[in-house]
Amino acid sequence: MPDLGIEVLFRGRNLIRILGGLWVALRISLISVAVSFPLGILLGAVMTLKNPFVKALMRIYLEIIRIMPQMVLLFLFYFGTTRAFGWDLSGETASIIVFVLWGIAEMSDLVRSCLISIPVHQYETSEALGLVRIQIYRYIIIPQAVRRLIPLSVNLVTRMIKTTSLILMIGVVEVLKVAQQIIEANRSASPNAAFGVYLAVFFLYFVACWPISVLARYLEKKWG
Amino acid sequence: MKKWRQILILVLSLGILTALTACKDSSEKDTTAKGEGDYRTLDEIKESGEINIGVFSDKNPFGYVDENGEYQGYDIYFARRIGEDLDVKVNFVSTEAANRIEYLQTGKVDVILANFTVTQERAQEVDFALPYMNVALGVVSPDHKVVTDLDEWKQGDEMIVISGTTAETYLIKNYPKIGLQKYDSYATAKNALENGNGAAWANDNTEVIAFAKQNKGYTVGIPTLGSQDSIAPAVSQGNTTLLEWLNKEIKTLEKEGFFHEGYKETLADTYGMEFEDSLVVEEGTKDSSP
Repeated sequence: MPDLGIEVLFRGRNLIRILGGLWVALRISLISVAVSFPLGILLGAVMTLKNPFVKALMRIYLEIIRIMPQMVLLFLFYFGTTRAFGWDLSGETASIIVFVLWGIAEMSDLVRSCLISIPVHQYETSEALGLVRIQIYRYIIIPQAVRRLIPLSVNLVTRMIKTTSLILMIGVVEVLKVAQQIIEANRSASPNAAFGVYLAVFFLYFVACWPISVLARYLEKKWG
Repeated sequence: MKKWRQILILVLSLGILTALTACKDSSEKDTTAKGEGDYRTLDEIKESGEINIGVFSDKNPFGYVDENGEYQGYDIYFARRIGEDLDVKVNFVSTEAANRIEYLQTGKVDVILANFTVTQERAQEVDFALPYMNVALGVVSPDHKVVTDLDEWKQGDEMIVISGTTAETYLIKNYPKIGLQKYDSYATAKNALENGNGAAWANDNTEVIAFAKQNKGYTVGIPTLGSQDSIAPAVSQGNTTLLEWLNKEIKTLEKEGFFHEGYKETLADTYGMEFEDSLVVEEGTKDSSP
């Protein structure tokens, strides 16, 4: 067995620190998911409206958030707001704002695409059967759309969790930063620690994302 | 009809983007015009009872976090003393090489003590205090054939460098006759030296000194090569009260040999005592500028 330097994780409070880092990453992404998903669903529904003004507005918002790398958005909200308005947001608050904006944009587009992917004949048939608008959505459209939405939104959640690795650039010490700190602190004592510690980080991200995938598969099956 | 709408959207989004960038530009101008208020003066720091110091949290032995989650290192040793002498609590902020200037410009930290090399470009964006450390290039070579002078470089020998480092540019510019062997990473360059692919290895002197200390059979024949750069604390541009206090502090600390003490406490393990004088600066005391 090659020396992976995993033992550095068990020195002092290192294990607790790296788990604490994981908690920071999860807290930020889960709060962002909790806030952005309901708003995204609402906006996604709004986006299916035929109003050209609403459509254009949403399109612009979506494109701006999507085109800008998350890194730029993070810098814009962490440093930019201080420059422009003198707000002194903490790194964590700035990250949550960026992740919420990003989550809303992505989620609303997913919801929109799921809604419009339901064939028109589904609406027409429902109408022919005498269902009113609310009933059409409640019994026909939404159940189908939700089923299509689950794998996509789960993918978004895991992407958000993984993207938290960027927030170390605005001073938030999350799991990856703690890992780098541990590796560097032991640079001369265990030069191979990078392998072991990054392996542990891989494992931690996996542990964080795996249950979400399992839940999604379960839901898909249940509602499928 | 549809085409028109698309064009309209395109124009609109472009407009908004320009507006956004324009906004950013003007706000930047605002801050420079405003000058004050983006940083905290010495009195404001003392009043608040806390000072925010931006440090590296992953650059052993300058600034790192030990296994108990405590900040440690040469920069930290100095930062703690600053806190003590100001009689305020020190909040360490973990910074990256790429965002140190931004932290100062937005006043999110009061001082950067993150192994910050003084350069002309940076001096236009932040204010540097007196230096507290030197860095230069260094050359390490095997014990049996120590390279001590690059002017006596044997033709046909090759020098190991890491691509993109200051060592590479310096050698190309000043010693064009020395053949270079370029490697992408620290690890491959290290292997090349150990396998005898090159006669010597040029890199930042802190790196080569640490290498020679950790690996038996190698000597740093040239500990300082080329122009010396210095490492200094930096404050937001225009924050004169804090800058003056720092300069005074550095001079006093140098008189009592504080930085040598710091070297013994934090750097000696990595670099050994023999390089103390080439790394620790005494320029503050020599410098008579106000």
